[in-house]
Amino acid sequence: MSILDLFWRRSKPSAPEARERLQILLAHERAGTSQPDYLPQLHRDILEAIGKYIDIDQEKISVEFENAGKVSMLEVNVELPSGGLVAKPQPKPKPAKRRAAPRTRKRAAAALPKGAAAETA
Amino acid sequence: MSKIITMTSGKGGVGKTTTAAAFASGLALQGHKTVVIDFDVGLRNLDLVMGCERRVVFDFINVINGDAKLNQALIKDKRVENLAILPTSQTRDKDALTQKGVGKVLEQLKEDFDYIICDSPAGIEKGALMALYHADEAIIVTNPEVSSVRDSDRILGVLQSRSRRAEENLEPVKEHLLLTRYDANRVERGEMLKVDDVLEILGIPLLGIIPESQSVLKASNVGQPVILDTDSAAGRAYNDAVSRFLGETIEHRFMKPERRGLFQRLLWRTA
Repeated sequence: MSILDLFWRRSKPSAPEARERLQILLAHERAGTSQPDYLPQLHRDILEAIGKYIDIDQEKISVEFENAGKVSMLEVNVELPSGGLVAKPQPKPKPAKRRAAPRTRKRAAAALPKGAAAETA
Repeated sequence: MSKIITMTSGKGGVGKTTTAAAFASGLALQGHKTVVIDFDVGLRNLDLVMGCERRVVFDFINVINGDAKLNQALIKDKRVENLAILPTSQTRDKDALTQKGVGKVLEQLKEDFDYIICDSPAGIEKGALMALYHADEAIIVTNPEVSSVRDSDRILGVLQSRSRRAEENLEPVKEHLLLTRYDANRVERGEMLKVDDVLEILGIPLLGIIPESQSVLKASNVGQPVILDTDSAAGRAYNDAVSRFLGETIEHRFMKPERRGLFQRLLWRTA
């Protein structure tokens, strides 16, 4: 094969592709070095939260963090299934829990002025 | 004023140990008192490449733990004057390397040596971080190949953020690129990244190009740093790189393929 190689047309050079792939990848990775550590967890949490209501593909969601000078941007992209919003059947909320929720909220609200008072004191 | 130079790469198998052995020998040959330290705890190999594996009694970890004196662990090279090797431990775990312990040994070595070469393990784990933490200069050993270039880029990021110089806001670690296993013939055929490609991507100054050479394997087979093989292209390339490191201006060689006659080419290709 190696001798015939001399006479045959050589295959397309692959080095330019290596160079191009590296340039794109490293530009991306270098920008990503300042990404906060919680990004993967945030990604999972967003996916989980949306997944509760809509059937989405794991691959169809991207969470990116961009740093441009003084401005940081968190970009969340969710590609919805082609059929539009397919609502997942929601489990009927238990009445007990519903009652419990406002109560805790009330308590939290009640605690607020106390805390504020403590602060001013 | 002695200098700490770390050989690092991120990726394994690119030639860090070969380079550490060659560089340390080269600096010693030029009259500088040099010590080379193996930081690859558990997978020591510098002793083998330097051909002193049967003379190891105490090691780096023994010294850090206070089980041995530095002088008991240092192995004086038998071929090159001014050269010493500090092997690492074969058995202990990587946690044995502590920043404080390593720092103390390096301070002690600084009293006796002009150059302290740290041979980093692959990866970006503790051993590698320890090897680069104290560096004044770093030689990034890279192959003209995508995964090696990417890992070199990563390790440059680590150097710029996690070295002592970065942490203490001192002048940054001086970075040098050493391109190893370069095959000018394959570059010419468009099968391998060019020197310029790698330089453009990594953006650090070029210290040398070490051509792919059979003499590297031959040298490690017999435990002799390849720089001592002055007939080989790799040996000469390392010599050039050491001289450049010491401030000489030497043109880069081995970037163009050697011209062979048709007969030689046929023989070479079928070989």
